[in-house]
Amino acid sequence: MKKPGSVGIVETKYFTFAQPPNELELECGRKLGPITLAYETYGTLSPARDNAILVLHALSGDAHAAGYHKPGEKNPGWWDIMIGPGKGMDTGKYFVICSNFISGCQGSTGPSSIDPATGRPFGITFPMVTVRDIVNAERVLIDHLGIERLLCVIGGSLGGMQVLEWVARYPQRVRLAIPIATTSKLSAQAIALDEVGRQAIMADPNWRGGDFYGKAGPRRGLGIARMIGHITYLSERSMHQKFGRRLQDKTAYGYDFATDFQVESYLQYKGDHFVDRFDANSYLYITKAMDYFDLAQAYGSLEQAFAGVKTKFLVISFSSDWLFPSYQSKEIVSALRKVNGQVIYTEIQTDYGHDAFLLESEQLARLISNFLGHGANSL
Amino acid sequence: MGGPLQELRLAPDGPVVRLAPEHKLIMDLIEDGSRVMDLGCGEGDLLLALKVLKKVRAEGIELSGACIQACVAKGLFNVHHGDLDEGLADYPDKSVDYVILSNTLQVLHRPMLLLREMARVGKKCIVSFPNFAYWRVRWWLSAKGRMPKTDRLPYEWYETFNIHLTTIADFRDFCRVAEMRVLQEIPLRTSGSGQCASVKLLPNLRADAAIFVVEEARAKDPAGRPLG
Repeated sequence: MKKPGSVGIVETKYFTFAQPPNELELECGRKLGPITLAYETYGTLSPARDNAILVLHALSGDAHAAGYHKPGEKNPGWWDIMIGPGKGMDTGKYFVICSNFISGCQGSTGPSSIDPATGRPFGITFPMVTVRDIVNAERVLIDHLGIERLLCVIGGSLGGMQVLEWVARYPQRVRLAIPIATTSKLSAQAIALDEVGRQAIMADPNWRGGDFYGKAGPRRGLGIARMIGHITYLSERSMHQKFGRRLQDKTAYGYDFATDFQVESYLQYKGDHFVDRFDANSYLYITKAMDYFDLAQAYGSLEQAFAGVKTKFLVISFSSDWLFPSYQSKEIVSALRKVNGQVIYTEIQTDYGHDAFLLESEQLARLISNFLGHGANSL
Repeated sequence: MGGPLQELRLAPDGPVVRLAPEHKLIMDLIEDGSRVMDLGCGEGDLLLALKVLKKVRAEGIELSGACIQACVAKGLFNVHHGDLDEGLADYPDKSVDYVILSNTLQVLHRPMLLLREMARVGKKCIVSFPNFAYWRVRWWLSAKGRMPKTDRLPYEWYETFNIHLTTIADFRDFCRVAEMRVLQEIPLRTSGSGQCASVKLLPNLRADAAIFVVEEARAKDPAGRPLG
């Protein structure tokens, strides 16, 4: 097996559709159009168009899943470790697609985009979108790429919710599904944490009711929301191992409200870093979409959502993930078993918490590449 | 355990599996095209052999994540990480043709629970286990006064996972208590090279292992349909 490599320099592409009067109808009852989706592709689509994998990103992800935009760039795409020649998703064999979903802020239409009706950014006049709306828009992109049947849809967290919705909504179009560290509906605890993040943004005076473009913007509020997010991605144990009670650049307590502990410094750094690349209004919309997602409610029950589905599933959860705990993956597996579905379920033992999605890459890569390889060869 | 694993190539250019001595006999009990579940499926060797050679619809439950990785690597699409001691709640009654519990009975915490669940879910159950009344085992205890160590029971007493060992005679009684009907009893002696031969005479003494085929014992009407 050749040494895994990089996809190299990649280019973000843009696809615009839903021009009026053919706007996309949304679940909330409103319409959205025109819509632009930013997307990237890696590898080559086979002549039979049967080797396409759609990667679905989570809250803060984007279309740039692998490779570099410019030579000499320091950080590659967010899942570069999994996508590339010889990697878990081998671009020597598969055509990998990743797009930024609607309501995002990294090239696709969202609250920071210009509303053609007003010539100004939407802000919170942007309609509320759901995971189903997100998937419906993605489907239009897949149609545009000429792909009748995706070999695989894969994603973690909110990406995993999209995987479930893709299969429930378009079962004929997905051969393999890999939902990772996800759920068919958020727990009350997870909704509560999303709400605290939203309140932090909306309480920031610089949020200005969502109309902050061209002005200072709610950096503190978004930073705090991100800090909360980061805590949920770790486990108590991994935080202890990473930081303990160690002090940051100090040998004694400062007895003031400046930074004392390493964990404080880490959270501040993560928060500050985030606000440079992420839109505060997108954070509101995306967390709402996650809160609203409830597959059983939408289809009557989980069994009904997956009844008759021929898609093969690889469901993965992480033992220390307390944001999307294993019992939620087991519910999905249970429903699939009840309707005679074909499903592999594994819980990866890890201390990393929800973050394991990006950190336990060796175990994930083995599972994914084996599942894809056998899945592609099966009927 | 119980002799070396035997390698079997499933197709001319196909995969090779490593089967325990009694696995070939278990495979012979299963009709082509059956729906089969293997509880404690390990690295999926038996399931893959059944899938390729007997075209079964194969599923497995296994406690070890590393084994699940191996099953996925073999191209099995229905395996799941689970604890057998929790039962088989997701499976409707009689939804599987054969539920296999091969050399796993003795590591369960709750054998009664699982066996009853198996008999509920499976039309038939195939259980294989080491026979603790095998003459060599008796000899270790009675003649040597030591905790037995044989090919089928190779672990040190302080490191063994075997917590619910049984004898052929005791398992027969257990089936009655668990309300299961014994359809077939196949006592076995395993040779050093890993071949199994069936034992006719004094099985509880001379067989080192056994395969039992059982089903739920429900009263049947004159046409053979279960009552209640």
